[in-house]
Amino acid sequence: MNAPIVGQPIRRKEDARFLTGDSTFTDDVNVHGQTHACFLRSPHAHARIRGIDRTRAAASPGVLAVFTGEDLAEAKVNGLPCGWLITDVDGQPMKEPPHPALALGKVRYVGDHVALVIAETLNQAKDAAELIEVDYEVLPAVVKAGDARKPGAPVVHEAAPDNTCFVWTIGDRTAVERAFSGAHHVTKLEFVNNRLIPNAIEPRAALAQYAPGEDAYTLHVTSQNPHVERLLMAAFVLGLPEHKLRVIAPDVGGGFGSKIYLYAEETAITWASKRVRRPIKWTAERTESFLSDAHGRDHVTRAELALDRNGKFLALRVATTANMGAYLSTFASCIPTILYATLLAGQYTTPAIHCEVTAVFTNTAPVDAYRGAGRPEATYVVERLVDTAARELGIDRAEIRRRNFITEFPYQTPVALNYDTGNYEATLAEAIRLADVAGFETRRKEAERRGMLRGLGYSTYIEACGIAPSNIAGALGARAGLFESGEVRVHPTGSVTVFTGSHAQGQGHETTFAQIVAGRLGIPIENVDIVHGDTGRILFGMGTYGSRSIAVGGTAIVKALDKVIAKGRKIAAHLLKAQDSEIDFVNGEFWVKGTDRCKTFAEVALAAYVPHNYPLETLEPGLNESAFYDPANFTFPAGSHICEVELDPATGTTRIVNFTAVDDFGKVINPMIVEGQVHGGLAQGIGQALLEGCAYDPQSGQLLTATLMDYALPRADDLPAFKVGLKETACTHNPLGVKGCGEAGAIGAPAAVINAVIDALAQFGVRDVEMPATPERVWRAILGARTAKKAA
Amino acid sequence: MGTHLSLTVNGRAVSADIDPRTLLAQLLREHLRLTGTHVGCDTGQCGACTVHLNGRAVKSCNLLALQAQGASVTTIEGIGEPARLHPMQEAFREHHGLQCGFCTPGMVMNALELVRRHPNPSEDTVRAELEGNLCRCTGYHNIVKAIVAGAAAMKR
Repeated sequence: MNAPIVGQPIRRKEDARFLTGDSTFTDDVNVHGQTHACFLRSPHAHARIRGIDRTRAAASPGVLAVFTGEDLAEAKVNGLPCGWLITDVDGQPMKEPPHPALALGKVRYVGDHVALVIAETLNQAKDAAELIEVDYEVLPAVVKAGDARKPGAPVVHEAAPDNTCFVWTIGDRTAVERAFSGAHHVTKLEFVNNRLIPNAIEPRAALAQYAPGEDAYTLHVTSQNPHVERLLMAAFVLGLPEHKLRVIAPDVGGGFGSKIYLYAEETAITWASKRVRRPIKWTAERTESFLSDAHGRDHVTRAELALDRNGKFLALRVATTANMGAYLSTFASCIPTILYATLLAGQYTTPAIHCEVTAVFTNTAPVDAYRGAGRPEATYVVERLVDTAARELGIDRAEIRRRNFITEFPYQTPVALNYDTGNYEATLAEAIRLADVAGFETRRKEAERRGMLRGLGYSTYIEACGIAPSNIAGALGARAGLFESGEVRVHPTGSVTVFTGSHAQGQGHETTFAQIVAGRLGIPIENVDIVHGDTGRILFGMGTYGSRSIAVGGTAIVKALDKVIAKGRKIAAHLLKAQDSEIDFVNGEFWVKGTDRCKTFAEVALAAYVPHNYPLETLEPGLNESAFYDPANFTFPAGSHICEVELDPATGTTRIVNFTAVDDFGKVINPMIVEGQVHGGLAQGIGQALLEGCAYDPQSGQLLTATLMDYALPRADDLPAFKVGLKETACTHNPLGVKGCGEAGAIGAPAAVINAVIDALAQFGVRDVEMPATPERVWRAILGARTAKKAA
Repeated sequence: MGTHLSLTVNGRAVSADIDPRTLLAQLLREHLRLTGTHVGCDTGQCGACTVHLNGRAVKSCNLLALQAQGASVTTIEGIGEPARLHPMQEAFREHHGLQCGFCTPGMVMNALELVRRHPNPSEDTVRAELEGNLCRCTGYHNIVKAIVAGAAAMKR
């Protein structure tokens, strides 16, 4: 009997190479004859390009070529597509203005791509870029989402004269209004969900090569989903057949959403690699990442919760304006709609919900999915309202949640989703225990004696992961399928290579997926390797985002394993002179039931590849199976986060003294990796709540937070040690019973932190502090409340 | 063509003619192909490029290569090998102190400097001393545990 593998904290197979510098990130790849690219970027948020003079740049030492948007247009290179069509409340398709890889006629945000310089060395490319003379007619800019539809606002795209991409609604407006009119109490809040810049520590990079002999391209790129990148770039932008473009995403240094999308840079250099007949490398500097990686969040929301006298939620009404930035990024349109408004039921039985989302264009970088993608924004709305309502009605904040929890499953929400399973009371009870809520009042009093303020905040979140059933996604506007593929290649002596369309940017798939395979096949984990991130080796893939890898990618591998085992059973039956139905596969051995006759997995594999004694008339030789898996439903991870903060009223400084997260991710394959995912998500959620905020100058549209000296990424001494717990209700519709864990921390944490801050400040009458709750904002909130009190 | 530079890298004598603008990180990555040293931010904030210069941790993206003239430089490639990890590297593996692995070489190099100055670091000391190294994946929880454990293991 082998030791169990699934469910164990197996140390990661990939670690040795990362720890010794033996890893291969995109910028580590160098090829013979490589040239270097530098992008000249717009210094203006909004300007007409009257002319570009590249004469001096083209003549600069080492320069091979200087390209502009007109070159791409002349070569009939299409703009970058958006992968999700949202239909307006009037039945009209959303506005999709052209998104050229290099600006054409106008620049629309600071950092927009104006020209591409290719030179022998990076310094030569940078020097030459400075010699390009661009004649700009600077135009007024619109920066804030809330300003985009004001009369007289500067127009970002002629195709959308009111800067509106779409107005979209979900839910039953009449039922909601009826519930509000009869409600005992209505809690109202207005929020800004602050704009964030993802900041994976590995900057985006690409290396494009063209092989004239094959008329084919190879692109190394920092991507979470190389097949999607290939499909979009080949079929939609460059007009290439897919077999002429191989996309390789080697080790990827963090993504968090920002490496899902097809970007201008890799598109332009791939096209240019044929023009200059040399490989071209581009690697973003950190400021380029700030300027041009897709940003996240940026909502302005008005939300109201109607309650009866017992604190039962009757209805929820939400209106959100979402900033799309200057262009529609690859999945921009589905984030504030399909991944946001459908989550507004939270963990609660709220019977009527209505949400209206207005998506607007502004002169800022494109906004798309960032860890959690819509679900943190939804959780923030619901959980801030719930805490505020509890305070207004004088009900304990855990108790009001319990009174409204969904307890029977499956549960159909009024906003489209059907939750298959969950146990919200269990995660809340465990979080309350781990966080020692019972001792909080004592700790609060102790802090008060030191002149400090303590607060406790809850957030009981839900997310929809395992994206997604393709037919449902298609009905909602997806222009792609959302299945996953897996291939299990058994080698003649019984070791296994698995090819998966999922990709890892730190999630540890090489270990978790190998655990699944080793566990199912009963072979040592050392005998299993996972291959990902290469369209030349993997049959297809939709990639990694939306916490989908284990639920969708893992299940595709299980389906392929089932086929391997089924074929192995036939081979074993032949070798053992038995019927297929008499064969049991147990711990890596095929047994004839009730006998002592068996063949090991390796023996069966060898027979498949050396088919001397083999049923060749009925069975093909070889042992290599693949599967595609399209999920039947989303998965619904959920949990309870409890944050305890201590504030210094003199300075407004907030310190997190305790953070507890108890999550239900369904079955857990590797608890060590899962807990690590939670830690990282919490850090990003806490970062959003207390530290991180993208700031554009509201007039000029200049990005004020364009370096790590100006944008506060959480550092080790900003964060506490986390208390993490797991509860388990198995997902009902995938064979692993898994739900996904990558985004939970970032989804639950912001509301827990701000609820804790408000709890600490409630004695002053403070109802809200905008994220990030910096010392200045907290200090001003205290001052403002004290001043108001004195005046009254 | 360029300016002549001689130094020792991971115990090996190295010399090169370089553009005087070349940064130490560029010398290591592009001339010597020691790509374990990573560049994450160009402004000395993230620490992914941390190496040892004459035994002290420095950010190699903020030094000209010429500033290492005659010096001894150690990179992550000089610390351990996949089959024979240094105790600090082993502690990172054991405590899941890395996810995407991009910040990891700089974290390990700074952790070794940290242990040199604080042989028995507390978790608070580790958090304070990690001020110059950013990680976006782990929330630092397991990095802190790894460094405390790695420091203890280095004494054995």
